[in-house]
Amino acid sequence: MTPEQFLYHEARLLDLHRYEEWLELFAEDASYWLPLEHGQKDPYETSSIIHDDRALLELRVKQIRHPRAHARQPLARTVHQVGNVVQLGETNGELQIGSTLTVVEFRNDKQRVYGALVEHRLRPHGNTFRIARKRIDLVNSEGELDGIAILL
Amino acid sequence: MAANEQLAMLVQPDRVHRALYTDAAIFELEMERIFGRAWLALGHESQVPEPGDYFTARMGREPVVVVRKDDGQVGVLVNRCAHRGSMVCAEGRGRVERFVCPYHGWSYDRAGELKAVPFASGYAPGKLAELRLASAPRVASYRGFIFASLAAGGESLEEFLGPAKASFDDFVDRAPDGELQVAGGVFKHAYAGNWKLMLENHLDGAHPAWVHASSVAVARNAPDPGGERYSDIAVRQMRQNGAPDVVWEATGIWTTARGHGYMGDYHDDDRLVVGLGNPVFDAYRAQLIERLGEEEADRILRVTLWNTIIYPNCSFMSQFRQLRIIHPLAVDRSVVYTYSFRMPKAPAPMFRDTVAFANVVNGTGSWVLTDDLEVYERIQRGLTSSAPEWVYIGRGYGRDVEDQGTQRGATGTSEVFIRGQMRAWLDYMTRDA
Repeated sequence: MTPEQFLYHEARLLDLHRYEEWLELFAEDASYWLPLEHGQKDPYETSSIIHDDRALLELRVKQIRHPRAHARQPLARTVHQVGNVVQLGETNGELQIGSTLTVVEFRNDKQRVYGALVEHRLRPHGNTFRIARKRIDLVNSEGELDGIAILL
Repeated sequence: MAANEQLAMLVQPDRVHRALYTDAAIFELEMERIFGRAWLALGHESQVPEPGDYFTARMGREPVVVVRKDDGQVGVLVNRCAHRGSMVCAEGRGRVERFVCPYHGWSYDRAGELKAVPFASGYAPGKLAELRLASAPRVASYRGFIFASLAAGGESLEEFLGPAKASFDDFVDRAPDGELQVAGGVFKHAYAGNWKLMLENHLDGAHPAWVHASSVAVARNAPDPGGERYSDIAVRQMRQNGAPDVVWEATGIWTTARGHGYMGDYHDDDRLVVGLGNPVFDAYRAQLIERLGEEEADRILRVTLWNTIIYPNCSFMSQFRQLRIIHPLAVDRSVVYTYSFRMPKAPAPMFRDTVAFANVVNGTGSWVLTDDLEVYERIQRGLTSSAPEWVYIGRGYGRDVEDQGTQRGATGTSEVFIRGQMRAWLDYMTRDA
């Protein structure tokens, strides 16, 4: 599978609400990170909109399915549009893949749009990949945002 | 809709009319009479350490700039050019010599004095001397926390805070040498609901078991992440929201004459509160003992205040050093700025716990916060209904007790603090000035 096809596959799992399968794309040592600040270097000394290790990401997915996850039930409908996929580098066999992401979310009669620059670290795994790291820089991460209850 | 008698009818001892949350005319009056009169929390002195340092903020309808003036005092300028009304300062923070209006180049010094005007010969002699940036007439700090009031007269900041000063004391006393710094970024989350909904939620001990049921259940069923893992604080705090009813009922809850409120500790997890046995916490306690002696250090650490509300715009908690300021935007729209604080002289890992706590509990993508926001928005939508006209705030009513100048709820889940907020609301809304 090419990195580009892998990113499309990942986006489609989210749009189809197949979150458990999406979680399986992440390596055991993975991180999933939406920085708060533009150009943020560190997820430990500065807050993040989301900063999950694999253990927290798994809990986040479990929480989505809980019948009293008020902000997530019913689930938002989303479209994740992945574009501008480029390889930025390769380190220790891991591919560093840049992309742009546009997400349209619909829930509670409200439609919202997100735009982000995304960077994946993809670790070859058989004939596909595992995500070692996913960083999502929302264009408005420092702005006044409504609560984010979807996965980007 | 504005006569004081009519306003008084909307607030009764154990219920308030839904118009307080839905009526745009009442909202406008709140901006004038509550946000235009009360002391409002704006931030912390560490945000403006040197002359010229500034950050932008809001006081009700007024966009303001909080700036360190050349004389070392903190000033609060209204961010609006005296000429044609443009904001003179972009949103954000930084350091300036002069505030220069982008429209025609009028420039103001750090105290808001008009210093230069292009094409000044177009004005009658003396005319420009009358103009300057408006400023908040009263600015004061309590132990480093900056407040301002748009009213020229009224009680001092310390009188306003009253017994709630103890919560700020707790916040500051926990820091070695009393030093705190705003650090780690600012969350800004908005919701489609009235500003009062947040203040009514932060001390509500009956809501976590329901609003946060999903995060409690998931965290409870998770294996222990282990003390050094980033996720440890997150999982522990989410579990704590599921404390048994008996714990919530035994928690203290107080309200003051100005509508402030605070709750005693509901945590029984050592790392979250006293942290005994945790090596980082032990090093921190040793620092306090070295400075203050064991007796005073332990007195400080035994204070178990948790969330505090400073009515009408601030909520904070000292144990993880989080402070939130709410800015009402419209009757059904609010935005909340969330700040974290570092203790520069405490062991560095403590701030990592603060950041982890902020992300999981107060962050824009938190699965705790987003459930609160969902409920605020459902309340706002629900209150379009007039069946009934009243919002019921009667839990524990009739059993509130006087306690050293405050009212204390009979149990920790009492709505005594909402009744206190509503008394303050009515007082601001109907007093003469």
